[in-house]
Amino acid sequence: MRATPARVGLVCLGLTLFLFLVLLLCLGLGTADISPAQVLTWLFGTITENSAAVILTKFRLPRLLLAALAGASLSMCGAVFQGVLRNPLAEPFILGVSGGAAAGAVLALLLGPAGLGLTAAAAFAGALATILLVMGIARRHGRMETSTLVLTGVMINAFFTSAIMFVISTTTDQKLHAIMFWLYGDLSGSNIEQAWLLGPIVLGGGLLLFGYSRHLNLLSAGDRAAALAGVHVEKVKLILFLIVSLLCGVTVCLSGLIGFVGLMVPHLVRMVLGHDYRLLLPAAGLFGASFLVLADTAARTVISPAQLPVGVVTASLGAPFFLMLLARRGSRWW
Amino acid sequence: MVVSGKLKPALAAEGLVFGYSERPVVDGVDLEIFPGDIVGIIGPNGSGKSTLLGLLCGLLTPSQGLVSLLGRPIQEYGREEVAQVLGVVPQTPELTPGFSILETVLIGRFALMGRRLFEDAEDLAAARRALTLTGLENLTDRRAGELSGGERQRLVLARALAAEPKVLLLDEPTSALDLDYQLKVMSLLEKACAQENLAVGLVSHDLNLAAMYCHRLVLLSQGRPLAQGPPEKVLTPENLLAAYGVKTLVDQEPTRGRPRVTLKPPQPAFDPL
Repeated sequence: MRATPARVGLVCLGLTLFLFLVLLLCLGLGTADISPAQVLTWLFGTITENSAAVILTKFRLPRLLLAALAGASLSMCGAVFQGVLRNPLAEPFILGVSGGAAAGAVLALLLGPAGLGLTAAAAFAGALATILLVMGIARRHGRMETSTLVLTGVMINAFFTSAIMFVISTTTDQKLHAIMFWLYGDLSGSNIEQAWLLGPIVLGGGLLLFGYSRHLNLLSAGDRAAALAGVHVEKVKLILFLIVSLLCGVTVCLSGLIGFVGLMVPHLVRMVLGHDYRLLLPAAGLFGASFLVLADTAARTVISPAQLPVGVVTASLGAPFFLMLLARRGSRWW
Repeated sequence: MVVSGKLKPALAAEGLVFGYSERPVVDGVDLEIFPGDIVGIIGPNGSGKSTLLGLLCGLLTPSQGLVSLLGRPIQEYGREEVAQVLGVVPQTPELTPGFSILETVLIGRFALMGRRLFEDAEDLAAARRALTLTGLENLTDRRAGELSGGERQRLVLARALAAEPKVLLLDEPTSALDLDYQLKVMSLLEKACAQENLAVGLVSHDLNLAAMYCHRLVLLSQGRPLAQGPPEKVLTPENLLAAYGVKTLVDQEPTRGRPRVTLKPPQPAFDPL
């Protein structure tokens, strides 16, 4: 589908509507059943005091908002990585960028009682350092071959896992459950302040990335083609990496290591809307939001009243998806 | 032909050297391409043709010498400014995966769009003209990845033409084309030069095609220009022997009176059978 302003607008409108419906549906689902009618009356502010309203306001809404924001953030990051590295299997988790962010966050927590801002900054630094490392390895060949990509990701993740395990070994047993859940991607500790932190970053970062969507179209053809068409390749890549590190770092800091969202969502969007980043980026952001809201709702309800980390749900879908892509196409796009 | 003295060159190179070793890849090349000119860059493998092209489009920075584009040093331009006036058709086409042919050609308008995110009617019209010129107008919805080698080469040319450049540099643009499209592409370039004063620099292995269409030739050997000038001055058996190390027969082809190169197979010195 060729990208025109009308089409982009229409797709965004449709997917926003879909996200809204998904949110409404998922607000009602959970250990305590709340009917859609109750959700609607709560939404329009007529009830504020009963237990359903408390569950919705204090627990479900922040968690769903954070899931939506994390889903949007990871999906856009995945789309950007796939373009810049010119490999359809690139994704923050697989590349180890999420692992780098997690190591940064854990290190900040180890060094002292860091606030949310400082932890997020450390996660950003960890993500950026990992991206620069990955790009340093990819640079030798111009594009990243699948084998290099997977091996690099495995090694980076192995290194960061050992760093994180070191930290875990020194913590008390009470925190262990929380940290383990966080490492598998967990949204159960969400509060509305976290959504307020992530919201502007995802929105701002998403808009900036959208501004570079034409550059991404060219970069996914190749550095040389992009330069010849007028892209200042090194500068644009650096800007993209800064945005993606910020998105990925803060997301990991708040929601842990949720893998494969950045792989599945952009591919599903491409199947319907094509490869143009002007359509792909906003659509991946909005659809990724709905996707992770649904995945997190599944994590909350499948073994209710107990809960799963949402990363378990995304990995159980994403790992087969990855293998299917690898088996069917390798690193080819078509 | 253009009277060179009256016009300013669209693209000029002065004393270009690239590479710091004792044997630079490009070693002292002077070159001028005027509006309406087709200049062919020929020479054996490894003679520095592609490197020279990289220097001329500003992707490579010379260790000595200067490239000026429309009278201004190319290093003073930003990448976007270069792309607004200079188009390049690389030998190996790099295409955006999943894009249709129309989308691929539209992406050629990148540098002209400034801060605009979407193409307007003018961009679309330019893309359609480029598609018609290259004979791809009936394939606009096909995926670029499904094309044959020749179609892909024409597509990359169309992508460059969509930007309506003043200077066009091409690296082996006809290598994957059949005879019909070799002629079509060269005639198209010739027409664009005559009508729109396009300045063309062309790297080619096909000496006869270069002789037929180029106004001037530069023969490179080991990075140095061995001969430079009109085809009949450059394509002599002596020059070709010095550059390629092969014996040739050069006569006049009957259609345009340009030189025609025929290879002479080496005489077997001793045939044991």
